[in-house]
Amino acid sequence: MSPSDPAVPDEPLIEATGIVKRFPGVLALDDVSFDLRPGEAHALVGENGAGKSTLLKVLTGVYRPDAGSLRVCGEPAAFSGPMDAQNAGVQAIHQEIGLVPLMSVARNLLLGREPRTRLGLLDMRALHRRAAELLEPYGVRVDVRRPLRSFGVGTQQMVALARAVSVDARVVVMDEPTSSLEPREVETLFGVIDRLRAQGIAVVYVSHRMDELFRVCDRVTVLRDGRLVHTGALADLDRLRLVSLMLGRDAAEVRAHGLTKFSGDHERADDAPVLEARGLTRRHQLHGVSVTVRPGEVVGLGGLLGSGRSETAKAIAGALPTDGGTVVIAGTELRRPTTARSTRAGVALLPEDRKAEGIVPTLSIRDNIALAALPALSRAGLVSEARIDRIVETFMTRLRIKASSVQQRVGELSGGNQQKVLLARWLATGPKVLLLDEPTRGIDVGAKAEVQTLIDELAQEGLGVLLISSDLEELVEGSDRVVVLRDGAVAGELTGDQVTEQGVMAAIATAPATPPTTEPAAGPGAGEGPARPAEDAPSPGED
Amino acid sequence: MTSLTTVPAPIGEAASPPGASRAERAGHLLQQHGAAIVLMLVVAVASLAFDGFASGGNLANLAVSSSFVAILAVGMTFVIITGGIDLSVGSQFALGGVLAAWASQYGWLAALALPLAVCGTIGLAQGWLIARTGMAPFIVTLAGLLGARGLMLAVSDEGSNTYLVKSSTFAEFGQGEFLGLAYPVYVALVLFGLGALLLQRSRFGQNTFAIGGSEDSARLMGVPVARTKITVYLLTGLLAGLAGALNAARLSSGVTILGVGMELDVIAGVVIGGTLLTGGAGSLSGTLAGVLLLGTIQNVINQIGSLTSAYQQVVSGAFLAVVVVVQRYLSRVQRLT
Repeated sequence: MSPSDPAVPDEPLIEATGIVKRFPGVLALDDVSFDLRPGEAHALVGENGAGKSTLLKVLTGVYRPDAGSLRVCGEPAAFSGPMDAQNAGVQAIHQEIGLVPLMSVARNLLLGREPRTRLGLLDMRALHRRAAELLEPYGVRVDVRRPLRSFGVGTQQMVALARAVSVDARVVVMDEPTSSLEPREVETLFGVIDRLRAQGIAVVYVSHRMDELFRVCDRVTVLRDGRLVHTGALADLDRLRLVSLMLGRDAAEVRAHGLTKFSGDHERADDAPVLEARGLTRRHQLHGVSVTVRPGEVVGLGGLLGSGRSETAKAIAGALPTDGGTVVIAGTELRRPTTARSTRAGVALLPEDRKAEGIVPTLSIRDNIALAALPALSRAGLVSEARIDRIVETFMTRLRIKASSVQQRVGELSGGNQQKVLLARWLATGPKVLLLDEPTRGIDVGAKAEVQTLIDELAQEGLGVLLISSDLEELVEGSDRVVVLRDGAVAGELTGDQVTEQGVMAAIATAPATPPTTEPAAGPGAGEGPARPAEDAPSPGED
Repeated sequence: MTSLTTVPAPIGEAASPPGASRAERAGHLLQQHGAAIVLMLVVAVASLAFDGFASGGNLANLAVSSSFVAILAVGMTFVIITGGIDLSVGSQFALGGVLAAWASQYGWLAALALPLAVCGTIGLAQGWLIARTGMAPFIVTLAGLLGARGLMLAVSDEGSNTYLVKSSTFAEFGQGEFLGLAYPVYVALVLFGLGALLLQRSRFGQNTFAIGGSEDSARLMGVPVARTKITVYLLTGLLAGLAGALNAARLSSGVTILGVGMELDVIAGVVIGGTLLTGGAGSLSGTLAGVLLLGTIQNVINQIGSLTSAYQQVVSGAFLAVVVVVQRYLSRVQRLT
């Protein structure tokens, strides 16, 4: 175990000053400072694009900063790679574990430090004994000779942690460590974190789960758009304040009128819902999420990163298998939804990552639009070219897609126009429900306004729209109703006058008194107050 | 923090239901020893069906003819476990043979040293390109395949010049016998033994597995990825040179038409032996069984007078396909458990 160094108690283990990191076209970190003291658990929070993961990568030696200085234990450090950082005592536990699944637990734990016999060969008996000893304090009692992949994520993560700490770690960076753990395993992890801190090891803790942050961490650093927004004791903040820091909205003075291109509320037809999702459940991700959308209605799906927004949309569209829940489209229940079935039923999903999951950049606009509608346009496997041309023309004009011709490759278009091509593709299938996951991310202001106007028009024509947006302003002004998710469960639903930025933030920040879900396991709500002592709750209660 | 006293809840038991572990063990057994089991079956059937098969002469012949592929397969096992491939070994084998035969005029030491040096250099260069520039092993070693064969043809005047082995000491390396088996058989066995030790019980072997299992993780855990990769390709080069030299000694000449397509036999032997083509898992005992199985199939088809040796390739191909399908199935089953 790492020797705790009591010599200079108050000297920071890590001191990063004025860190700047640029990527082509993006300033990922802008003059960010961060310090970490021995034995503290420091929360690092921020929304998408806040620069959180960039900062983590700078601290763990994956990226080199363009400017600023990094000191480890008072010594200037310039990491040339993750190995350098590890040698300096900075260890990272990644979401994707960072071990070799096919190798045995013991070999993973001691890779590079295997006990050897006098002949220089591995001493297998010592290897297995040593591995079991290392795992003992983490409550992991498994056959260390078996391949790592035969164990659950919780065990794998503990193995990663045991390995990290045993290599003389002074700082352990944990990136979303609880995202795939069972409540019992989360408890074990918290116990381990406490023990690390008692040894003087500092923990950088990244999580979107408020309860965990307040339970585990002493201090917090909030990043937003690559800048340092706040750093200080977590006890000085309440949840609402923390959420508003993350989202960049002052809780006290939320602007009354916005700058988005959405018109007022849509006429709320009291028709039967066109989309009715009930009790969507998926291990570690969704816990009984229910959403309904009526024709002509725009329903916003709010929440922090990792709260289950995209997962909900994907589950509805059949792109993500669920463990439970039903999806009813226009009165017909989708049995075992697949993307093909949900498309046929009238669901269209514009995915969050349009490059990876949406457009085919090397194909022309025409072919991209025709892609999803092909089954509908073809007869006996033959496609009528004339019909395709007609449909493509219609949407080019209607969605105001700016391109030299329908034959232009989509990869050459601007982000906004790519998004419109994608929208056109789905509209060509004649959907009843549109699921829009971050439809305006990464596109310029003008195009953003156009897409927002389009969403508005489509709703007025009677489509049901489910809108996911991290842009609070867009969410609030675009939606007639907002369902707020929190840690994979519905935290609240806002209608009419309640649909305000403050309302959304409040719903994110406060845990509901009674969980609105069907999860029987849900615990005694996680308190509404600010920081609570770490030892009080018997279980984190959370899903 | 007071939770220091908290006894962590044990994890792990729930992660391994007892039923799954039996299926897993069966899968593991099939993966590791499938080739050996089939080999034993084939040998048993062949001994009963053909009088000539179990004779000492035939088995000795089988052993010698398999030994050269076997030596190459030792190196190939390491390469494939890192997730790579080496297509150049057949060409290097031929090149090594021609160089050894030519150099034998300067004595047996030169006849051994020259092919090792040249093929080692080729292997080193391939490894360097793969590890340092990130080029795909398939492409780099395809270039090596063409390059080594070209070099061999250049050395032998477009193949018109067959060098004869001038050193009788050197010829003895390939032709000499001990207990009725030619020396290359012993060389192959010793190399398998050393290779297995290196693979299972050394840090180098651990690093090989780690790189094939997850290169990013291996790098994060401090495995010298580039150095390990360069070493495995150097190893295949050296072994190809050695096998080529031994073969030249056995034939008393540097035959230029050898080794075409041999890399595919080697790869087939390794994969049939249970080494995952995707890397991260494999064993030399499996490779040995795989190579012997291919050799035995060829031998058996030769015993059936009415079939030409072309059918050997049909059978080997079919076998390889079956093995790969089974591997995929097994890895899916194991992932589910």
